[in-house]
Amino acid sequence: MLTAALRKELLLQWRTRSQMMAVFVFGAAALLLFSFAIGPNTEALRTFSAGFLWLGLLLSSTLTLAESFHAEMENRALEGLLLLPSDPRALYYGKTIANWLQLTLLGLALVPVMVVLYDAGTTQLLKLLLIIVLGTAGLAAPGTLYAAMTAQLRAKQTLLPLLLFPLIVPALLASVKATSLVILGDPMGQLKSWIGLLSAFDLIYWSLCGVLYGRVVEE
Amino acid sequence: MEMPRVSTSRTPYVFLAIGAACLLAGSYIGLFVAPAEQYMGNVQRIMYVHVPTAWNWMIAVLFAFGCAIAFLFKSDVKWDARLEAGLEVGALLAFLLCCQGAIWAKPTWGVWWDWDPRLTTTAVLLFSLLGILALRRFVEDPIKRAIWSSVATIIASIDLPIVYMSVKWWNSLHQQQSTPQTVSSQFHLPLRLNAFGVLFLMIGFLMLRSRIAGYRLQQELAAPPVLTGEEAGELA
Repeated sequence: MLTAALRKELLLQWRTRSQMMAVFVFGAAALLLFSFAIGPNTEALRTFSAGFLWLGLLLSSTLTLAESFHAEMENRALEGLLLLPSDPRALYYGKTIANWLQLTLLGLALVPVMVVLYDAGTTQLLKLLLIIVLGTAGLAAPGTLYAAMTAQLRAKQTLLPLLLFPLIVPALLASVKATSLVILGDPMGQLKSWIGLLSAFDLIYWSLCGVLYGRVVEE
Repeated sequence: MEMPRVSTSRTPYVFLAIGAACLLAGSYIGLFVAPAEQYMGNVQRIMYVHVPTAWNWMIAVLFAFGCAIAFLFKSDVKWDARLEAGLEVGALLAFLLCCQGAIWAKPTWGVWWDWDPRLTTTAVLLFSLLGILALRRFVEDPIKRAIWSSVATIIASIDLPIVYMSVKWWNSLHQQQSTPQTVSSQFHLPLRLNAFGVLFLMIGFLMLRSRIAGYRLQQELAAPPVLTGEEAGELA
């Protein structure tokens, strides 16, 4: 059931890949704009590069997450899905995993933009990949749940970020800290504790949101 | 769905009166009777409202969390009315807490805001509560509204300790929490009076606010009026 739900989401994403491209361009444009907030100071830009990367990713993620329920809202497709003899949790995890993959791709695509614009290169690519995978997992789980609620409302563009941003503070903080330690060096060996915090956040919200999703979509 | 029963007792007004009296007495003693603190001087007197607000804010948040859990298990809309009251009172206290903290921090630390774990956690929760209250405004179906805001309240409350931990690791420079044990005995009386004052005011507000929410739910859940033949004819 989960694989069927996941396959459906991935197929949908593949067929609307121009949307993914547009979100990437949006994120890259945000990264470009952040540098104007600092000015042409290479050292400062490099110091703040991790923060900018994650803020750009966070802003673009609200577009991806909101869009992921677009198809379900047309012709009351969500109700049709819920009528299937399946667990709503499978629908939730299918969509969340698909969103997670998409956000990870987006994050990986934004890294070269960050490296070029802010001169923030690193050779520890595996660590960076791990942080992006864990950080986007933290965005995807509560983000998909909130998108399921707000997609049905008039003010969805405002409400999704309003609900998601305060919640995501620990994941954002840990991702930014961990990414900056990778880019700027980690003399005190703090990387492990931030990755631990991020994993704990992911674990809590991946389980909690899965449990609550059934109540959110019930009629 | 069962209709919520709304009580019309005078109890909340009694709580409000006791709370206001305690708060007035405590603030009078705190401002004019208790001695000024040795190092911080008169600025420290804001502690007499700040610390009681902080204690009661935590109670309000726990109350909202409890109501959210109770609604999801019992599906009784009276818990939704209480949740609405808890969310609004919690948001009000969080806002007051941030303002008092900023007023106190400027003369003491020289900045309005610092990224202390408790201050930051309060601010994060304030925005979470405002987000949930905004969500409630946009959901017209009362049952959906109740379920969604319960879910969002549970998610936001569980976030609190994680935010606290993460900000603590990130940066810290706040005093130890004040309890009657950590402050000199001369400060006890105004602190306790104000704590009970804010507590009683909060209980009064919670009761009155859930009463208002109960009336609104009664209206929303009421069956549509049955039209007589004549009225229907007029409408047509």
